[in-house]
Amino acid sequence: MKAEQGAHSGGDARTFDWWVDRLMKVVMFIGGISAIVFIIGIFIFVTKEGVGFFGADSKIKEFLFSPLWRPTSDTPTYGTLALIAGTASVTGMAVLASVPFSLGAAIYIAEFAGPKSRETLKILVELLAAIPSVVWGFIGLSIMNPLIIQWFDVPVGLTVLNAGVILGLMAAPIVTTIAEDALKAVPDKYREAAEAMGATRWQVIFRVVLPAGKNGLMAAALLGVGRGFGETMAVLMASGHSINMPSSIFDSVRALTATIAAELGETAHGSEHYQALFTLGIMLFVVTFIINLTADLVVRGIRKK
Amino acid sequence: MFQATELNRKNRAVEAAMKWLFLAMTLTLVTPVLIVLGMLVMRGMPAISLSFLLDDPINGMTAGGIYPALIGTICLVIVALIASVPVGVAAAIYLAEYAPDNWFTRVINLAIINLAGVPSIVHALFGVGAFVLFLDFGTSILAASLTLAVMALPVVIVATRESLQAVPQAYREACWSMGATKWQTIQRVVLPNAISGILTGIILEVSRTAGETAPIMFTGAAFFLPFLPQSVYDQTMALSLHLFVVSTQVPHVPEALPYGVALVLIGIVLVMNSISLTFRVYLRGRKKW
Repeated sequence: MKAEQGAHSGGDARTFDWWVDRLMKVVMFIGGISAIVFIIGIFIFVTKEGVGFFGADSKIKEFLFSPLWRPTSDTPTYGTLALIAGTASVTGMAVLASVPFSLGAAIYIAEFAGPKSRETLKILVELLAAIPSVVWGFIGLSIMNPLIIQWFDVPVGLTVLNAGVILGLMAAPIVTTIAEDALKAVPDKYREAAEAMGATRWQVIFRVVLPAGKNGLMAAALLGVGRGFGETMAVLMASGHSINMPSSIFDSVRALTATIAAELGETAHGSEHYQALFTLGIMLFVVTFIINLTADLVVRGIRKK
Repeated sequence: MFQATELNRKNRAVEAAMKWLFLAMTLTLVTPVLIVLGMLVMRGMPAISLSFLLDDPINGMTAGGIYPALIGTICLVIVALIASVPVGVAAAIYLAEYAPDNWFTRVINLAIINLAGVPSIVHALFGVGAFVLFLDFGTSILAASLTLAVMALPVVIVATRESLQAVPQAYREACWSMGATKWQTIQRVVLPNAISGILTGIILEVSRTAGETAPIMFTGAAFFLPFLPQSVYDQTMALSLHLFVVSTQVPHVPEALPYGVALVLIGIVLVMNSISLTFRVYLRGRKKW
């Protein structure tokens, strides 16, 4: 209503348009803070559902250090050690499988490729990023699984290896894109100065571009870790989903994310099991938050220079 | 005359070797995907027909089509778009046009990065806690779509902010000097010039949300429900969850069926991506600045 009054207030500069301008600024600001609201909201709501788990008697020790996750036994135990080991082994495998190739691809796309092949390769990398996680899981289940059984002569193909390779392919586009950005952010003067000294292109890359872009490459690898860590459907379908302390890449494991996805549907709201699953959620949220924050600080480090 | 020395020749050989090494690494990443896509097409094509798209699943989901799942996915995506696009565009306008360069804006940017990095299953837990229970929407399309909307928000914000920032500052200054307010400038000059970039981002968001599974599992998508949803408070089937169900939860599914579902899902996603891509290439060619 204020706006209407403003429109008729004659010589005053506060016309209708002035009030609209004011109002829209507030509306846009509300939109602007939405991301903060949701991040805080996620933390509050997940904590609210899960916090009762530590209520009556403190189970933190069992939760962190016991490998026994037996929520449906007569004396249920909620140890996450084996799940953490599962997530860690799969993520580690993914990083080993994808980070070297992704960084190599980023170097090729940013430094070697001509404009035409650069465009084509970038489109292919985007294609990789577009495939939904449940389709990746299906690929692990129906294409990778028989291949692993056949090639390595093992009884089960749904293993750390399978899930790690699938996750590696899923993380590759993020790592490649961010690493390529980091290489492109190295100023051309650096390259020109090195070339003027008679360095070959490889010498320029190895001695000048890579050292200058190293923070960005580290951040890229870190975000790849974050992606692998938080992935749900693909890990659920390709890792075998059996609770195990893995001793080789041919063991089946179960990941933290996959446990929530597989069990939440069967739990009663407010039960101990339900709260334990939300507590896993808090754990995932906190760890990915730290990973993302660190990656951002590392990237900001290069920007300042 | 320049005579190549031993060192020159060695350097050149190293450079060539490195170039091939990195090309080989790049190809190792992209070729498996092409092979896998080829296999999906080969094994999925036999399952796909018009009746596969337009029939209900029958015999405990071991036969029939995917019609309710297809419609369900479309509903989920549309409601998610309605919820996320206005908020995301407003956020982007704030960041590109209003936000001062201070610590608070840095915090907003950090929140966006973190929101994009939150695992999808944690989004699902948030959806259960906030939309299903606290706001009492129950397991419904509304709750599932809002969960998807929160998840997709960073995509919309980042794409929109980029296309707003690409509008030259001179356009804004010309408009201000005519006496226009900031909002008039945004509404009449900045947005019309950025609209195609914003649309590209929205199409990309469609492709992301259509494929998501974990966030909708406990918030509104049903394993088996051979009816079409009547309102946003109903549950629905969804293609992504249907692929999970027929490939892991149902016994005696004929081999081609899950391949068919996967192929339809990936078809939708890739078509959306290609539209977004062609749009972008076309725009780049047409830019006035």
